[in-house]
Amino acid sequence: MNPSHADYAHSVRTLILQQSRRAYVGHIGSAMAIADIVSLLYDRVLKAQDPDDPDRDRVVLSKGHAALALYCALHLNGYITASDLDTYCGDDSLLGVHPEPELKGVDFATGSLGQGLSVGAGAALAARIQGSKRRVFVVNSDAECNEGSIWEAVMFAGHHKLSNLVSIVDMNAQQAFGYTRDVIDMEPMAEKWRAFGWDVHEVDGHDVDAMEQSVKGLNFKSGPPHVMLARTTFGRGVSYMESEIKWHYLPIDEELYRQALQEIEVLRR
Amino acid sequence: MRGTFIKTLCELAERDKRVVLLTGDLGFTVLEQFRDRFPTRFYNVGVAEQNMVGLATGLAEAGLIPFCYSIGTFASLRPFEFIRNGPVLHHLPVRIVGLGAGFEYGTAGITHYSLEDIGVLRTQPGLDIVAPADFEQTRSALLQTWDVAAPVYYRLGKDDRSTMPGLEGRFALGQAQTVREGDDLLILTCGPISLEVARAAAELAERERVESKVVVVASISPAPEQDLVDALQRHRLALTVETHNVNGGLGSLVAETIADHGLATKLVRLAVREGTGGRSGSAAHMYARHGLDRAGIVSAVQRLLAAAGS
Repeated sequence: MNPSHADYAHSVRTLILQQSRRAYVGHIGSAMAIADIVSLLYDRVLKAQDPDDPDRDRVVLSKGHAALALYCALHLNGYITASDLDTYCGDDSLLGVHPEPELKGVDFATGSLGQGLSVGAGAALAARIQGSKRRVFVVNSDAECNEGSIWEAVMFAGHHKLSNLVSIVDMNAQQAFGYTRDVIDMEPMAEKWRAFGWDVHEVDGHDVDAMEQSVKGLNFKSGPPHVMLARTTFGRGVSYMESEIKWHYLPIDEELYRQALQEIEVLRR
Repeated sequence: MRGTFIKTLCELAERDKRVVLLTGDLGFTVLEQFRDRFPTRFYNVGVAEQNMVGLATGLAEAGLIPFCYSIGTFASLRPFEFIRNGPVLHHLPVRIVGLGAGFEYGTAGITHYSLEDIGVLRTQPGLDIVAPADFEQTRSALLQTWDVAAPVYYRLGKDDRSTMPGLEGRFALGQAQTVREGDDLLILTCGPISLEVARAAAELAERERVESKVVVVASISPAPEQDLVDALQRHRLALTVETHNVNGGLGSLVAETIADHGLATKLVRLAVREGTGGRSGSAAHMYARHGLDRAGIVSAVQRLLAAAGS
C-alpha cells in the first residue's frame, strides 16, 4: 500500500474501521485512540523494522486490546498481507484481539495490562548490556497505570537511567467501565513519572508531526528514560464514539460504519 | 544447594556472556561472588518480582540467559502471570530460581514456605521444573540445563554439605534416578526431603527387612514418564514423599501417570495435607509435624504394607 506520511494515519483509521466492521468486534475506540501513535512509530520513528533483525527497535503494545491498530500498521509496512489481515478475529487466526508473538512483526504478546513496561525495560537493558543502539518503545495507557507492576518498571527504568526506553502513554481518559478520573484518578501523571526520574513530555497524541519532533529531541544515549504523555481522544474522528464509554466494547453496524468512514475524512490532511 | 548453584553459575557466566543474574533483593552472603565478578551482569531489581520476570522476558528475547533469584514462593507465585505470559508464552530461556524448597525457611513461617510452587508451575506447558535432591545433583542439573531453549524453574534448598546416598550427582532432564533397589515397595521423592527418605529406607531395611526401591524425581517437568511407568509397573505399592501441598506436586504427577497408563499400583501420597495453624519452627520440626521426617515416612510405609496385607 505504502501511503504517504500524510495518508498513513488515515489508512490506519480506515483499516481499523473496515476490519472492525468485517469481524463485527469491539475495542474500536481504543484502536482509534492510538492510530496516530502507531503511525508515529511505524511510519516515522522505528529504524530497523525487519522482524528478523536482532538490532531492530522493539515495540511493546502494552495496551494489547488495541492490537488492531498495530496489525493495520504491520500491514501497511508489508509484514501482514491483506488476506491475513482479513482473518482478524476469525477462527484459527493469528490476529486475535490481543497480539501474540507467533505473528511476524509482534515482538511481545500483550493483553494482560501492566506487563509490557517491565518487558520493555528488560529489552532496553538488554540493548545496554549488548552494546546495541536499538531503542524500545512501549505503548501504555493511562488506565493501565492502575496496575502496580507498571510502577515497579517505572522505578527500575528511572533508577537505571534506561535512556533507550520510551513509554508513550495513551491518555484517552477512559477505561472499560468508566472515566479514569472517576475510577482511579491518575492525575497528576506528569508529576508521578517525574518523581521517579523520567524525562516527561506532554504531547498531543493526534499530532504526528509534533510527536515526531519530540522523539527526535530525545536523548537515547544517556540520561533518564522518556515518557510521552499523549493526550488522545477515545474513538478519535468518529463523532458518536468519541469519549463514549460504551465504545470500549461495542461493534459497529453497517450504517454506523458508513458514517464513521465519512467522518474520519475530516482528519485527512 | 544454593551455594553450589551460585558457584556453578559463576563458572557458566565466566565462559558465556549471555548469563545475567537478577535478584529480588535476596541472596545476602550468597550472591556477592557473582555481583563482584560480573558487575555489569548483576542487577538487584529491588523487591519487585513481577518486574524481575518482565525484565527477564525482555532480556531473553534479545538473546541473553537471565536467572531470576528469590525465595520460592516469591519467585513463583507473585509473578506467576508474568511467567505465563512471558517466558512460557514466548518460549524464552528465562530461569526462575526459587530458594527454600518446602519448609526450609523454618522459623520464617508460612509466607516463606514453598508449598505450591511445583503445583502452580506444573500447569505451564514447556516450562521445565527441576527439583534437585542435594548439592551434587544441583550442580549437574544446572550444568545440563542452564542453556536449554525452554524456560526453567529451579527449586533449591540451602544444604551444601549433605549428599543423597546412591545418587552421586546424577541428573538428566526427563529421567528419574534410582538410588536404592528393593522389591517390597516403591518410594518416589524429590528435593531436600529425599535425605529423610534415604534414612527411612535404610531403617526399614535394617529393622524390618522391608526393602524399598527409592527413586529421585528431580526432573518434574519434563516428567520422566517412561522411568515412572517402568518403576510403577514392577511394584504393587508406591509412596511419594515431598515437602509440598498434597495437590499438584510429585504425588499428583505419579497419580496422573498411574491413571494415564492404567496401572494397578496402589499409591499413597505423603505430603503436606493441612495448614500450619500459625505455627512455625525449624525445618526438621516442620517435617516431623507434617509426618514427613524419617519416623513419619517409616510409619507411612508400615501403614501402607499393613493395609495391603503384606
